[in-house]
Amino acid sequence: MPTDAPPPLRTRIRPYLLIAPTLVGAAYLLLYPVARNLVISFQHFRLAELIRGGAPFVGFDNYTALLSDPKFWTVTVRTLGWTALNTALITGLGTLVALMLVRLGRRMRLAVMSALVLVWATPVIAATTVFQWLFQSRFGVVNWALDQLGLHGYHDYAWFAHSGATFTVLVLLVVWQSVPFAALTLYGGLTTIPGELYESARIDGAGAWQTFHLVTVPVLRPLFALVTSLEVIWTFKCFAQIWVVSQGGPDGATTTLPVYAFQIAQNLHKYDLGSAASTLTVLILLAALVTTLRRMHRQEGAEA
Amino acid sequence: MNPLAPRELLAPRRLRRLPLNLAALAVLATAAFPVYWMVVTAFKPTAEIQSATPAFLPLHPTLDHFSTAIHAPGFGGYWRNSLLVTLGAVLLSLAVALLAAYAVGRLRWRGRRAFLLLVFTAQMAPWEALLIPMYVIARDTDMLDSLSMLTLVYFMTTLPFTIVTLRGFLAAVPAELEEAAQVDGCTRAAAFRRITLPLLAPGLLATSLFGFITAWNEFAFANTLIIKNQDARTLPVWLSSFANVFGTDWGATMAAATLFMLPVLLVFLFLQNKVTTGMTAGAVKG
Repeated sequence: MPTDAPPPLRTRIRPYLLIAPTLVGAAYLLLYPVARNLVISFQHFRLAELIRGGAPFVGFDNYTALLSDPKFWTVTVRTLGWTALNTALITGLGTLVALMLVRLGRRMRLAVMSALVLVWATPVIAATTVFQWLFQSRFGVVNWALDQLGLHGYHDYAWFAHSGATFTVLVLLVVWQSVPFAALTLYGGLTTIPGELYESARIDGAGAWQTFHLVTVPVLRPLFALVTSLEVIWTFKCFAQIWVVSQGGPDGATTTLPVYAFQIAQNLHKYDLGSAASTLTVLILLAALVTTLRRMHRQEGAEA
Repeated sequence: MNPLAPRELLAPRRLRRLPLNLAALAVLATAAFPVYWMVVTAFKPTAEIQSATPAFLPLHPTLDHFSTAIHAPGFGGYWRNSLLVTLGAVLLSLAVALLAAYAVGRLRWRGRRAFLLLVFTAQMAPWEALLIPMYVIARDTDMLDSLSMLTLVYFMTTLPFTIVTLRGFLAAVPAELEEAAQVDGCTRAAAFRRITLPLLAPGLLATSLFGFITAWNEFAFANTLIIKNQDARTLPVWLSSFANVFGTDWGATMAAATLFMLPVLLVFLFLQNKVTTGMTAGAVKG
């Protein structure tokens, strides 16, 4: 019964009452920590200040200290490499598996998809523990298999004592855990392509590669952009796997920015430097994401 | 039936599909093997685990390792903690998100777009970057080593996703049903409770199960906010320190990992079809 009179106050404030709990939660558990992190990064905040309070402001001192520390740059470059390598492997393999899934017969597809969901369902820490067992030096099945294949150097090989090897195991772990999401999401996108599109491409004489390029790629592109940006975020901020497997070691070879920030805060009680590192982490992530998303946007615009 | 291309007449279909099926088998094996190896190791006697040639099937299956894991000190307490934190966070998040989803999905108001933007931003937020301030805040407010702080953090990390997904499910329930009930004399709240809520139940269930998995698996905050009071630890942190608990007893470690994964697996089996509907409701309509 629409009337011209303005709705009563109760109706007008109802939406705001409904979102109030969300706003209170976000204010205390999201905005306040973000603000607190920023404030600490501009203070001298060590163990004494944590216990007694009264941390003095020191301007950009923490940022200057970090940015002039060569270790910070090593860690940053390593983090970018880690993110690029993982994201490339995840989206690449995810796309291949998705393309494979659409071509499979019904039963085989169901079997592969079940296995992918199984991986997806495996808790991060459970998977991390299993990978430590797979790559265990003495009784690990990976060393046994490599030895059988004739790579006898891997007999009793201590993966977690070597920096490159530890890095490799962590990449394999993250890729193994992340490919299912990418593959299943892209597969979902592929199934929305109407069969008529492929048929008309075939009638017009397009080859397999042309069909892929002209039909599959354009339809998949927005979803591909979404998956890529999500994987960039997830691998960049990845913490639990690295912390549990190596705590950033050996010799700091697997220290990425989130691990670095946590180390200096929790182990060295330099909460101020840790907060500054966290802030820089988020800024770098934002910069990387904005660049990626803009490039993809531009590509889309150019081909449309 | 499409006319067969000449190529298809030459090679039998099965042979032509062989490389594809081999690739599928390779993917299947790579995906499933680590999980399979975890379960198999858990059932193998220690002599078979510590053998130069690994057995790919447990020759003499045993439940000893499960018994070791279950009788490890604190095991029951960690299960209780994980369950309390997870259920608390999920129920809180569900209640708060339902209100917000209704406001966003059914009402028109100033600031709606800004609110949605906030929710999407929070959904993408790299929460791990907030470990340090959360630790400091928890310490200042005397909430360190307490399950309630962890519950609040998990509530907040699952909330944005829950709002977005519930909004998707709510959009699938026609608003006309509610309006009809209001014409028939129901209040807005009663119409929602009697008409929409029952239809929303499967969506609520699916959404809460996703939240359950997120909170159940969380490690970074549990590892940071609970330090001194070891009794308040949750399962992921306990499992991550298996070397301290079980030493080199890989059978017990794999049994503990299997037990830890079991609830998640049950949830996934229970969800099955809802996995995809929930995803699309959350992602596409968001």
